[in-house]
Amino acid sequence: MAEKKIQKNPLSLQLNADDFNLASGEEKQSLVVMRESVSFWKDGFRRLGKNKIAMVSLFFIVLIMIFAYIVPVFYPYTYAQQIRGSENLAPFTYSEKEQARIDAGESVFPHVCGTDKSGRDYAVRLMLGARISLTVGLLCSVLVLLIGATFGAISGFLGGWADMIMMRITDILYTIPDILLIILLAVAFKEPLEVLASKPGFGWLQTLGPNLVSIFIVFALLYWVGMARIVRSQVLTLKEAEYVTAARALGASGGRIIKKHLLTNCIGTLIVTTTLQIPSAIFTESYLSFLGLGVASPMPSLGSLATDAVKGMNTYPHLLLLPALLISVIILVFNLFGDGLRDAFDPKLKN
Amino acid sequence: MVKYTVKRIGMGLFSIFIVATLTFFLMNMVPGGPFVAEKSMSKAAQQALAEKYGLDKPILERYGTYLTDLLHGDMGPSLKQRGREVSDIIFSKFPVSAKLAGIAVLVALCVGIPLGCLAAYNRGKWADNLIIVFATCGIAVPSFISSVLLLYTFGMNLKLLPVVGLNEAAAYVMPVTALALYPAAYITRLMRSSLLDVMGQDYMRTARAKGVSNFKILFKHALRNAVLPVVTYVGPMLAGLMTGSFVVEKIFTVPGLGREFVSAITNRDYTMIMGTTIILATLVIAANVIVDVLYKIIDPRIKLK
Repeated sequence: MAEKKIQKNPLSLQLNADDFNLASGEEKQSLVVMRESVSFWKDGFRRLGKNKIAMVSLFFIVLIMIFAYIVPVFYPYTYAQQIRGSENLAPFTYSEKEQARIDAGESVFPHVCGTDKSGRDYAVRLMLGARISLTVGLLCSVLVLLIGATFGAISGFLGGWADMIMMRITDILYTIPDILLIILLAVAFKEPLEVLASKPGFGWLQTLGPNLVSIFIVFALLYWVGMARIVRSQVLTLKEAEYVTAARALGASGGRIIKKHLLTNCIGTLIVTTTLQIPSAIFTESYLSFLGLGVASPMPSLGSLATDAVKGMNTYPHLLLLPALLISVIILVFNLFGDGLRDAFDPKLKN
Repeated sequence: MVKYTVKRIGMGLFSIFIVATLTFFLMNMVPGGPFVAEKSMSKAAQQALAEKYGLDKPILERYGTYLTDLLHGDMGPSLKQRGREVSDIIFSKFPVSAKLAGIAVLVALCVGIPLGCLAAYNRGKWADNLIIVFATCGIAVPSFISSVLLLYTFGMNLKLLPVVGLNEAAAYVMPVTALALYPAAYITRLMRSSLLDVMGQDYMRTARAKGVSNFKILFKHALRNAVLPVVTYVGPMLAGLMTGSFVVEKIFTVPGLGREFVSAITNRDYTMIMGTTIILATLVIAANVIVDVLYKIIDPRIKLK
């Protein structure tokens, strides 16, 4: 493009006319954004990828999940199968019967972790136990997420009287000693659920185990408080944003604003808080199982495996050490991964 | 200040009332009563016992009676341990649990605060890393696992420490360690991050510029401010120890309140369940209220709401 010289009256006090020329190609180049803008997710995942501890934890989480959900399907033993004559075997040993079969040329899958006092393969029981613990952890966290996020978002969005009352409710729930109520609730729900499970149409309750269901109910009732408080405080600041005003001006309903604008904007907090809820749920489940209020036998959970092993721990210490180690590792890796997620997606939450 | 304190105490009392109500109706929801499990007893005898303890009355009436009795300080007789008052049982068992939890609190504070300071002062060095590893692992191990492992190693294999009861000083070592592990690890983490936070503050630089000695900086400026989050944690910690001790008491066969609570639930000893729940809940709630109020006194920067 040909440059045009704009004439300017030398006595004029007006702006320099040269400033209003079209930009040259060189100038345009310097204004081009060198880097593409990084989205929230990309940025978060990049930071997460750099965090070595979090990545190692993630690797372990995936590994444990494979062991808990996939390996038992292909495993030659099942968790309830009692092998006669193979009671209380040490790891990698065979009973006389099995030895005879091996001598006869048959291949017998080794008991990698030995067997328990009823002759059940311990490795597969550990995997099933991990499955129960993980399922409890994941499902409870989802329940907490659903209830806590809804309650917190509504409370923060409405504000005023409704907020006051809803927050007093959480204050009171917060001060109630949870373990006391959990034990009580677990006992109280146990028998009604067992009765319900025996009725037709509720067979799924039986397979799940009434105790497990009562653990879910307990979690749904008590543990959402922390989540609700965090979400509320986020919503309180978010609802002042211009896009919320804009949405309101366009006639969006309160529910739509909460769903489409407020909750989607505190998704980082939601993910982090939910992940950090998982280990605490696993913790509580193993604790309840230890007190005999967990899953029903023969279904194992890591807590109940540890409890059963306590009586014989002098002679068969590995039966105790393995579930104990597994629970600790699961809680540890979820804690570390949750910390990593928090640093990546929600650095403000750190303090 | 007074208004805030009164408000917190009022809310605490309301919470205790909620706990009592919830417990009362929940425990009555459970099928079976305290006398049903006893096979040797005839129907008529069961009926007579139920009448004696007023269990045949409608639930709302019993609830009213219980609350009025409770306000007069009467928790009623135990339904299972015949001839004993609930309050007597609680007062005989409570000191055992309280002593254990109290020692555990002290141990957790005495371990957690110095470790946290040490880690913060040596940030990024090997001492810091070591302490972080301890703190992360300590948080991941449930108390029942640590107590069982302790019992196995020191009680049964090495035979260094007594495994049952609390008759001698050495018997306290294992239960207290098991109880204090989690809070100690948590306090270490809390202390480290809050001390690091404080050390970055302007007034620390000012103090150093004035030529205040390192020792004085640590104790007069840094610790005073950094210890605040730990103070808030003491309330929940006490709660955790009181309730976490159920399992520890079971494993080390300590005759404490936690064991009474669990056995009362399995025996459907209604008055005993109510008594232990109310006492434990009151303790926990009182600890929380005291900590909340103390926090505002220690740190005047926090605005009273």
